Amino acid sequence: MNIPTNYVVALSAVLFSLGVIGVLIRRNAIIAFMSVELMLNAANLAFIAYARALQQLSGHIFVFFIIAVAAAEVAVGLALIVTIFKTKHSIDVDLVSSLKG
Amino acid sequence: MTPDLILFLVLAALAVATAVAMLASQSAVYSALFLVLNLVTVAVLYLLLNAAFIAMVQVTVYAGAIMVLFLFVIMLLGGQQAGSGPDLPWQRPVSLVLGAALIGLMAYVLLAGSRGTLLTAAPLLEGFGSPQSVGRVLFSEYLIPFEAVSTLLLAAMVGAIVLTRDERKEGR
Repeated sequence: MNIPTNYVVALSAVLFSLGVIGVLIRRNAIIAFMSVELMLNAANLAFIAYARALQQLSGHIFVFFIIAVAAAEVAVGLALIVTIFKTKHSIDVDLVSSLKG
Repeated sequence: MTPDLILFLVLAALAVATAVAMLASQSAVYSALFLVLNLVTVAVLYLLLNAAFIAMVQVTVYAGAIMVLFLFVIMLLGGQQAGSGPDLPWQRPVSLVLGAALIGLMAYVLLAGSRGTLLTAAPLLEGFGSPQSVGRVLFSEYLIPFEAVSTLLLAAMVGAIVLTRDERKEGR
């Protein structure tokens, strides 16, 4: 396989930026959350690219851990979204402003 | 242009296109399905980058378990409706400008740092990234973090149950 590492890292950077734009643009909490998953995924891609370039398996292990932590995060995050929906009857992130000073 | 590079460019274009479609589609279900497509595309990229085990984990855990959870919650909440309140007039342009600035910054860092030695990778060891080699490192060097992750998953499971518990039924 002959893919320059820089190309893969550039793709990872673009995907990460798209995730950031998603969190900023969308006000549906579930879609903002999916954009966070997109960012995690972009970080994983950079890990794999550098793991291959530097011949280190540690990169693969860390991607494995990131996926496990993402699974835990999704479980708790979606439970929070369900709880917020029960009280506010909406998942618009603008409506969750009770702590605003 | 080698076949590898053409394959990479096709996959990269597909990944970016599905990510943009995820952000742009109005229906939350379509967004989730586009994200599944994006995750599968990235899994194929992992295969190209000699990470067979991680590619399988990506498909089963991410595209399988996590996205099914997302779809369940979207169906449960009827999350079809997008944002209901009045639009903030400045939100979209400002976030697009900020995102473009982030892309520009990352491009600058990548181009300024591209004169390293990363482009000329040595030939890979036999079996690099196979389940066997990853498992050997995971269960020797990284055994304690691995056990810590299992505790974290248990804590997340308990947390999800506690958060979604119906408190009105507690009194009986």
